[in-house]
Amino acid sequence: MTDENKNKPINKKERMKIPRQKMPEQLPQDRVRNFKEVPYGLTPQLAMEEAKRCLECPKPPCIAGCPVEVNIPAFIKLVAEGDFIGAARKIKETNALPAICGRVCPQEEQCEQVCVLTKKHKSVGIGNLERFVADYEREHGKVEIPKLPPSTGKKIAVVGSGPAGLTVAADLAQMGHKVTIYEALHKPGGVLIYGIPEFRLPKAIVQSEVNYLMQLGVEVKTSYVVGKLDTVDELFEMGFDAIFIGTGAGLPNFMKIEGENFNGIYSANEFLTRSNLMAAYDFPNMDTPIFVGENVAVLGGGNTAMDSVRTSLRLGAKNAYIVYRRSRTEMPARIEEIHHAEQEGVQFMFLTNPIKYIGDENGWVKAMECIKMELGEPDASGRRRPVEIKGSNFVLPVDTVVVAVGNSSNPLIPQTTPGLKTNKWGNIEVDPNTQMSSRPGVFAGGDIVTGGATVILAAGAGKVAARAIHKYVMGIPFDEPKKEEAKPAVR
Amino acid sequence: MFKIIDKKELCENVHQFRIEASHLVQKAKAGQFVILRKDDKGERVPMSIGGLDKNKGLLTVVIQEVGKTSASMNRMKIGESFADVVGPLGIPSHIEKFGHCICIGGGVGIPPIFPIAQALKMAGNRVTTIIGARNKSLLIFEEELSSASDRLLITTDDGSYGTHGFVTTVLQKLITDGEKIDMVIAIGPVPMMKAVVNTTREPKVKTLVSLNPIMVDGTGMCGACRVTVGGKTKFACVDGPDFDGHEVDFDEMTKRMKMYAKYEKVAYEKFLHNDCHLAKQIEEMR
Repeated sequence: MTDENKNKPINKKERMKIPRQKMPEQLPQDRVRNFKEVPYGLTPQLAMEEAKRCLECPKPPCIAGCPVEVNIPAFIKLVAEGDFIGAARKIKETNALPAICGRVCPQEEQCEQVCVLTKKHKSVGIGNLERFVADYEREHGKVEIPKLPPSTGKKIAVVGSGPAGLTVAADLAQMGHKVTIYEALHKPGGVLIYGIPEFRLPKAIVQSEVNYLMQLGVEVKTSYVVGKLDTVDELFEMGFDAIFIGTGAGLPNFMKIEGENFNGIYSANEFLTRSNLMAAYDFPNMDTPIFVGENVAVLGGGNTAMDSVRTSLRLGAKNAYIVYRRSRTEMPARIEEIHHAEQEGVQFMFLTNPIKYIGDENGWVKAMECIKMELGEPDASGRRRPVEIKGSNFVLPVDTVVVAVGNSSNPLIPQTTPGLKTNKWGNIEVDPNTQMSSRPGVFAGGDIVTGGATVILAAGAGKVAARAIHKYVMGIPFDEPKKEEAKPAVR
Repeated sequence: MFKIIDKKELCENVHQFRIEASHLVQKAKAGQFVILRKDDKGERVPMSIGGLDKNKGLLTVVIQEVGKTSASMNRMKIGESFADVVGPLGIPSHIEKFGHCICIGGGVGIPPIFPIAQALKMAGNRVTTIIGARNKSLLIFEEELSSASDRLLITTDDGSYGTHGFVTTVLQKLITDGEKIDMVIAIGPVPMMKAVVNTTREPKVKTLVSLNPIMVDGTGMCGACRVTVGGKTKFACVDGPDFDGHEVDFDEMTKRMKMYAKYEKVAYEKFLHNDCHLAKQIEEMR
């Protein structure tokens, strides 16, 4: 490309001719032996080429498709012009966590799904571009702390430092409030640290996003279990004007089948926490061990199941299975993750459900009895209900099982906060316009409200909560509830 | 942060720490536990609370060297700090006026019975405490428990001190003698707790046990600590640590406690080797 061509405006037709740029990534045979991130990220050239594909729609549907309303065409235009730092700052106007969202958001179901280009071509690689500019800004040491407004003198406690809590904290700090984050584990980041593996989201990136918040004046207290050390009411007594609860799902579901407490059977939370937060893959250099045998079955079809099964391969599993009771089309995991898992040699057993575990005399699991399923009528979720095929039982030899069939809500805070309303699943009930709970001044968002969902939905809830908390502590009345706007389907 | 203010060796391989943790100490109640992490490479290990000095804000824990983590903790010095002391975790022991309570502690289960005995006594109970060890030199916390109990009974496996036998030898005798017992709480090695429960099953004496299985987060998130109680899976960290002893599946718990035995051995041997090597180097430098 000559300099002359570079600045020449290109028309719509030419833009549509450019193919979607592929992000280079580690080869499957290499990456199954390491925990390094799978994609390398776009190069500046690839990013500018990709950015040129954006049609700069006058009424961009992608913005409405983003739970945190990033001005997508504006930042992409800056990328096309080579102003990567400007692009990063444009995103940060509404999204405090672009390096994370660029990696783990299901863009194919959000902004990219509604991109005008998808009608005839592939959508603009919005997620890849977001990731690129955030990485560029960080790697070039250009992360700038925005000028903060004068202090309001208001104090806000944020319980939990996952995506919801980090977003609330960032937004409120930028409005001049004093924010303190309380995290139960010893490192901040919540699911971004204990749950999502290094090969999908490097922990250094989470740390740098947390550092950014600290530079905004946010205080982070780790190893602080709210509900045990202090209750929500005690936080109010300590002088906080409002409290946001973003404690996540955090209580793993098991299938309640025979033999589930045999050794070798993990919840995905435990398996991933050992590997990620405790870095057990580096045992004995690190003190926390993790057991992975030769035949590993991971139960479930979501992103957590994919993270677990891909972790098991990296920890030496010879056969790594996904055992899922429905078929491929019903799998809730991101297509990209399923694709990566397949490339790495994960074996998928669809329409299969475990019914009991078989153990040895020392209490270790050695096999799993399964039954084949078929799809019946759609259930409440709209997905076809799996039904057992009588007599189709078979035994799968396994020495490690990871149960990744979802989480229930953690009871620590609801149990110790009188007057906090929860639904029958133990999730905190909130007004969706403000995220405020039944207790005035107590807001909540993320998985503790929705049950297990995505990083970006949690961040989106955090944004809504931050706006409402600002109004609440400043004595500004909440807006009249708006009519529910059409929102793209997200799970 | 979590500075070791005081430390002493109670018996071979068993050290008592008094750690600065004033906020936690103000909130903690008898029967709860904490999670300790030594440093950035360290495991998160659950530890029973062996005492709460609310005036000085000091937490007492007693650590027995059984592997690398406990060994390296026991080599920490006064003035050094733990990276994390998390808690108070778990549901406090249920304390009310039961009448005559028997507190039973074995080995390093003796220290955590101390705050419970204190609390039971405060609530107006008559407290009989039975503590046992393999031999006299391994018996710890005698003085503390003597002050917290109306009556302290001691057993040693080899008869070197107190009654010759196990804690259950004495417990059985109290039952046979027809003493009115309203409640028993036992903390110690799994075989001891199992034996206590077997002793009180027939006479139908309410018996609580405090379980300390393998944990990671200690807040209900991971499920490593699951135990079968009354045929149902419970998480010891959030549903316990105290459970009705007659309902606990101790055999399953024993097996689950051995989940990482091989790894623990590797880490411990590596640690002892390095430790030995280091000692030699220091010796040579002198």
